[in-house]
Parts: sequence; structure tokens; C-alpha cells
Amino acid sequence: MGNTSSMLTQYDIEEVQEHCNNTFSQQEIASLYQRFCQLDRNSGGFISADEFLSVPEFAVNPLSQRLFRMVDGLNFKEFVAFLSAFSSRATLQHKVEFIFKVYDFDGNGKVAFSDLLDVLRDLTGQFISEQQRELVLTHVLEEAGYKKDSLLVLSDFMKILGNTGLKMEVEVPVD
Amino acid sequence: MASMSSSNLELDLDRPNIEDYLTADSIQEPRGKLRLHDFLDISPTLTEAGGAIVDDSFTRCFKSNPPEPWNWNVYLFPLWCLGVVVRYGILFPVRVLILTLGWIIFLSCYIPVHLLLKGHDKLRKKLERGLVELICSFFVASWTGVVKYHGPRPCTRPKQVFVANHTSMIDFIILEQMTAFAVIMQKHPGWVGLLQSTILESVGCIWFNRSEAKDREIVTRKLREHVEGPDNNPLLIFPEGTCVNNHYTVMFKKGAFELGSTVCPIAIKYNKIFVDAFWNSKKQSFTTHLLQLMTSWAVVCDVWYLEPQNMKPGETPIQFAERVREIISARAGIKMVPWDGYLKYSRPSPKHREHKQQAFAESVLRRLKDK
Repeated sequence: MGNTSSMLTQYDIEEVQEHCNNTFSQQEIASLYQRFCQLDRNSGGFISADEFLSVPEFAVNPLSQRLFRMVDGLNFKEFVAFLSAFSSRATLQHKVEFIFKVYDFDGNGKVAFSDLLDVLRDLTGQFISEQQRELVLTHVLEEAGYKKDSLLVLSDFMKILGNTGLKMEVEVPVD
Repeated sequence: MASMSSSNLELDLDRPNIEDYLTADSIQEPRGKLRLHDFLDISPTLTEAGGAIVDDSFTRCFKSNPPEPWNWNVYLFPLWCLGVVVRYGILFPVRVLILTLGWIIFLSCYIPVHLLLKGHDKLRKKLERGLVELICSFFVASWTGVVKYHGPRPCTRPKQVFVANHTSMIDFIILEQMTAFAVIMQKHPGWVGLLQSTILESVGCIWFNRSEAKDREIVTRKLREHVEGPDNNPLLIFPEGTCVNNHYTVMFKKGAFELGSTVCPIAIKYNKIFVDAFWNSKKQSFTTHLLQLMTSWAVVCDVWYLEPQNMKPGETPIQFAERVREIISARAGIKMVPWDGYLKYSRPSPKHREHKQQAFAESVLRRLKDK
């Protein structure tokens, strides 16, 4: 089993807690560790694609591929940091940043029309034509004061998503 | 049949709506004009994904919860050691003895009956049935099984099938010691397979192979034939298709519910105080599982024979299956989850994802019209 014993030391927990800016309590981190070990069946120290997709609830999610790219190969500390956006203690800024990262696939800090189109395609599949998607997106962009070739940055996302209540919370089950 | 063409990995399209089981608040219906905000705010979908990463109902079904260690202080530890000595040193050999005795008696009666009474089928079947019940009782005794049966005992009538929730192959043995059921099983390798092909043949068994798609058609036909024959032993089916940890039930396969017969539900609940009877087939072989049972104190369980159910007019086989699952889960005090047990071996069909995509697409298109 190597070093992935199912026991975390107090030092480990505190290190992880610091890394995620105290968005999770120590009990929640211990629970997440149990979950991490449960998913990481071959004890490789990270969760592989196969192991993630073996959770049917995750596999049927339309954004699973995008999320998986973000969480692939993460060790436990980074896994907790990834999930910290879903904590009730996470700031609105943190949550908007997370959403921005989902859109900003290549990580260059800018979200282009094509990125918006890609996410909308994931969410709607074959049930809207590509043309309609482009039309709808162009329309709402222009209405919000942007152009089709505008590049959105984090501050734009904050402006658009910041004032309405963003609800993105997951409860970590604690025994 | 169209559903056979794409592999056995496909789930049926007409499944109960999984959205009913997932968090209701992630599916809000926004109204009004479409804005950029509505497209950028992917938080409902992300929340569902995050929730699935943190905890999901499917994995929970197959988690074997190890018992809390209680032997950690200076008084309890020697007691536990004594317990180990008794279990392995006294109980285990006695049980092995009982089991061996049982096998000797069984074989010395079964073989002559099987060979000599070839011509007198009715008598032979009756004796073989009794002998199978006997050997199952010996098995149950070899784990010190304490089984409480509730409800009227099953009787042999045509056009009826028995269904039960599934935790381990011992479910079958526990039920079989009371009534010689015919059963439908996955063919196993090794000594279990040998038993299946010799002794279980005499009570009438149907084999299937999970990985074969065409198999389903053949199996459905065999099931129908069996149920209609008046001399056949009552048929026992485990519609979950796989072993679950006795805290949850997964979706029932509709095969048992579309035979046009009465369905008699049986609920089985094990008491985990003495041993966890869940057979985690990925972690243990059946032999290891049996040995684990034989070196524990006892296997305690309750079996409830519940009221026979018929398909209501206008009910589809799937709805019928879900209704019976609810009856069994309620009686055994276990929870229901909306997943197909076969997801243990395969990925979910893209149909579920498409269902979500369709819902979102429709809401966008609708709001497009409400400009």
C-alpha cells in the first residue's frame, strides 16, 4: 500500500487545511481523505480517468470532461484545493474564479467566443443546432455590451456573476 | 429486438427518472429574457458534479463497512483474543466437521437416488428436493446461521416467481433450506461451478452470462418456459443482478416482471453485529467469503415472505419492478438508489447525459421565444 495509509496525521491535515485557505474543517478534510482513498482504488496517489468515470453520477454530468481535465492527476492536497470552491466557506470571488477556470480551457486568462460556444455545446448536446448556439450567444453578448470577438477576463465574470447570488455548495458528509 | 443491437452495456431508455432521486434544487426553471448571466452561470451543473465527486449513492451501495474495532483496551483485548481462539480453534473445526458430515450424508443419498430412480421422475424429484434442502441446512448450520422466517412459506404453483434483494450467494442457501427453489444464476468457475452443474441442475436452474447480449433473449424464453411448467420448482430471481451491501437496493431488472406471472417479494436483512454478510466479489473469492463466515460467531438474518403482487393494469414492467423494490426495501429497512447494478462493470449510457442536455436546451429555446 506504500504511503497511502488510511490514516492522516494531524500535521498532514493542517497542511492541507492551509493549502485550501481554511475552506474545509479538519473533520471535512479527514472525510475527503477517506473519499479520495475510496476512489483511488489502485492506490496510485491520484485518481485516474477510469476511477472518476466509475462514479456514474459524475460520468453522466455534461461538464464531466472539462472538470476531469482540471482534476486529473491531482494528489490529495490539490484535490482538496480543487473542491474548496464548493465549500460553504468559499468566497464568491473564489467561486467565480472556479467557473472562469472551467471556461478558460487553455488557461491563458481570457475566455473567447469559442470557449463560450464549447461549454454551451457540452450543456446542450445535439438538442440545439450549432447555428442557433452562435446566434444566441452573440445576441446575449451584445446585449451585455460585448462584441462577438471580445475576450472576457476574470473581472468581466465577476461583474456579470458577482451581484446575483451564486449558489455552488456541496456538503461534505462527516460521520 | 432493437435494444439488443447496441451492446449489453446500454441501459434501458424507459428507466424511472433519475432526476427524482438527485437533488431537486439543482433543477430550477429560470424564466424571462435570456441574458449573458444565464450562460455563464453553470453553477447548477458544477454543483452536481462536485457533489458526485464528494459522495455518490452508487459507490455507497458496494462499500463494505468494516466493523468498528472494539478490542483496543487492556480489558477487551484479551477477551477478543479469547474470542479468536474459540472461533478458529473450536467453532471452525466443529463447523467443518458438521459440513463434512452433511456432505457425506447428502452424497450417499443423492447419488443412489439420482442414478437408481431414473425412471420414477416424480419420486426422484421429490427426494432430490428434500436432499438439497438438507444440504443447505447443513451449510447454514456451518455458519451457525440464525434465520428468522416471517410470513407464509412459499408453495409450488405455476405462474409465480419469487424475487429477493441480493447481498451474497448465501442468500440463495438461506432461502433454499426452507424451499427448494429453482434459481437463475451467473455461471461461476471453480468448485461453485461444479456444484451448479451437478446438484443445482436437479432443482432446475437457468444459467446466464452477464457479458453476452444475445443471452438476454434466450434467458427470457427459458424463464417463461420454466414458470409455465406446473411441475417445476418455484423460481427464485435476484433482480438486482449483483451483490449489494444490504444497506441499499439498486434498480431491479425488469426480466422477472414481464413474464406475466405473480411476483412474490422476499426481503432479506442481515444483522451485522456478528458478521457482515456482504460478499464483495471484487475483493474476495467465494471460498474466502465462506471461510470468513465459518470463522465468525454467527450469521443472523431476517427473511420476510411478503404479499404476492400482480402487475396493475396500465403499469409497465419497469414501474412494476420499482413498486416491488419499494415494498422489499421498506420491509428490510434499506434505502433505494436509482442506479443499475451493472454499472459496477460498465459505464452509464450516454442517454442520461443526453437527458440533461435536452432539458437545458429546451429551457433555452423556450426562453428564446419569450423575448
